[in-house]
Amino acid sequence: MLVLEKNSLTEEVESLVDQYGTERSALLPILQAVQRKHKYISDFVQQEIARLLDIHPVEVYSVVSFYSFLHSEPQGRNIVRLCQTIACDMSGKEAVARAVERELGITFGQTTRDKRITLEYANCLGMCDQGPAMIVNDKVYTHLTPEKAINILNEIK
Amino acid sequence: MKLNGNKPAAEREGAVLFSSYTRGYGIRKALEIGRENVLLELRESKLKGRGGAGFPTATKWMLVAASKSEEKFIVCNADEGEPGTFKDRVLLLEYPELVFDGIVVAGFTLGAKQGIIYLRGEYEYMLKALEDYLEQMRLDNLLGDNILGNPDFSFDITIRLGSGAYVCGEETALIESLEGNRGEARNRPPYPVNTGYMGRPTVVNNVETLASVPHIVVKGGEWFKKFGTDKSTGSKLFSVSGDCERPGVYELLWGTKIKDLLEIVGAKNTKAVQVGGASGICVPKSQFDRSLAYEDAATGGSIMIFNESRNMLKVLRNFMEFFVEESCGQCTPCRIGNVKLLEGIEKLEKGTYTFSQLNKLKELGKTMQVASKCGLGQSSPNAFLSILENFKEEIFNKNGYGGRNGK
Ligand code: SF4
Ligand code: FES
Repeated sequence: MLVLEKNSLTEEVESLVDQYGTERSALLPILQAVQRKHKYISDFVQQEIARLLDIHPVEVYSVVSFYSFLHSEPQGRNIVRLCQTIACDMSGKEAVARAVERELGITFGQTTRDKRITLEYANCLGMCDQGPAMIVNDKVYTHLTPEKAINILNEIK
Repeated sequence: MKLNGNKPAAEREGAVLFSSYTRGYGIRKALEIGRENVLLELRESKLKGRGGAGFPTATKWMLVAASKSEEKFIVCNADEGEPGTFKDRVLLLEYPELVFDGIVVAGFTLGAKQGIIYLRGEYEYMLKALEDYLEQMRLDNLLGDNILGNPDFSFDITIRLGSGAYVCGEETALIESLEGNRGEARNRPPYPVNTGYMGRPTVVNNVETLASVPHIVVKGGEWFKKFGTDKSTGSKLFSVSGDCERPGVYELLWGTKIKDLLEIVGAKNTKAVQVGGASGICVPKSQFDRSLAYEDAATGGSIMIFNESRNMLKVLRNFMEFFVEESCGQCTPCRIGNVKLLEGIEKLEKGTYTFSQLNKLKELGKTMQVASKCGLGQSSPNAFLSILENFKEEIFNKNGYGGRNGK
C-alpha cells in the first residue's frame, strides 16, 4: 500500500472515531461504515481502529469474523445476497441461483473477475411472503425469476 | 404518517394492533396518568413478550422501574431473523407510530433517557425512513428534551444496525453486540433487567410487544384483555408464507385454530404447518385443530405452510443447514449437535441410516434442548424431532429410504 493511501485511510478512520466516539460500543458502527464504503475491512484499517479505540487488533478481527456482513478480504464493488432459506427455497430460489451463477460465471461465495459483483447466500431477508428475495448492497428485490434477477444484475455497475 | 402505506388493506385489519391509533396519544396518556398507572394497566392487560418466550411484560418493566440506577436503557429488539418472520418489517414501515410511541412510553415509565433500536442488518434499507421519522418526532416534541412540555421527561431514540447474525436476536447476545463485541449469549443470571447494556438495568422488548403498549395505555388493560384467551391476551401478528394464496402479515386473536388460519390465507392441500419458524414445531394435518396460543402452539409469529407436494425431509434439511450456519459456536451441544443432526438427515436422504443411529440422534436433540446455552441451540432440534416424529410414514416408508420421492 502506498504511504498516501495509508494516510488517507488513517484519516478516514480518525474521522469515523470522531463521529462515533472511542467507546467500545462504537466499534460495530465504525466497522459498518468502513464496510459500506470499501466493501471490506483491511488489516491496516483494523489495526488503526484498534489503536484509536485502544483495544487489541485481535479483538477487532474477532468481531469482524463473527458477523456475516463484515469481511476482512476484498470483495466486489457490489454485494449480492440471495436468500436461501425455506420460503424462498420453496418459491424457486434454486432456479434463480443457478441462472445467476451461469450468467456471472462464478459460484456463490465468489467474486467476478472484474470485481463487479460478489455473490453470497443470505438467511431469510424478511421478505418470505414475496420470495425469492435478494439484496443488492442494501436494496431489496422480491418475486425474482431467473430472468428478472439477471436483468437486475446487468443493471449494476 | 405511514412510511410505506401501500399494502392491501385486507391484510391489515385487526381488532387490536391494527385498530386505529393516533400518533403521540399513548405518550400523552402516559404522561397524564403517571408511571404507576401505566404499570398497573400493563399488568392488568397480561401482555406477554411477543418474541416467542412469552415473559410477562409488566413483570419485566416493574423490575427495571424499581431499580434506583441513574442510567437505564430501553432496547427494542428489531433483529427478527426467524425464517418466515416479517411482522417487524410491516410494523416498522407501516405502523412506526406504534413502535416508537411504545418505546417512549417505556422510557417514561421506567425512568430511562435513552432508547435503542437494534435493527437487523438486512433491514438497512429502512434506516433512512426511520431516521426521518424520528426527526419528525423531535420536531413535534415527542422526543428530545422535556417531551410535550414535561419538565422531567427527556428521552431520545437511536438506531443501531446489526451485521447479519441470527443469534443476536437473543437478548443477551444483542446486548453484547451493542457493546461492540461478538454477539455471543451471556450466562444468566445476571439478567438484563439488572445488568444489561453497559451494565445498566435494561428492558429488551420485541417490536410487536412495544407496539402493543400505546393501545394498552390509551384504551386500558381491561380492554386489551377482552381479546384472545385467558392465558394469551390480546392479538398476535402472524407472518404467513409458503403454500397459500395470500401470504402476508395477519392480525388474529390468540386462540385462533390452525385450520382457521389456513382458511383465511387460502391454503389448499396442506400437509404440515411449521409454527414458529425454523426453531418452532412442525404440526401435521391431524393436529390442525390446535390453537395458536401460549398454552398450546406458542409462536413468535412465523407460520410456514407446506402442501402435499413438499418433501418434509428437504424442508428439514434447509432448517438444519440454517442452524449449522447460525450457531455462534460458543457451546458444544449446539456447535457439534447441529452438525450431527444435519449428518443424520444426509444419511436419511441416502438411506444409509440405522434406527439405532436415529435413536441416538433423537437423544442428542433432547440433550441439546436442555444443555445449550441460549435459545438457538435449545430450540434448533425442535424441527428435527417433530418432523421425524410426525412424518415417519413419508420419511421411512412411502418414499423408500430417506424420502426421495422425486420432488
Ligand atoms: S446455543 Fe448455540 S448459539 Fe447459543 S450460545 Fe450455544 S453455540 Fe451459541
Ligand atoms: S425465507 Fe427468504 S426472505 Fe424469508
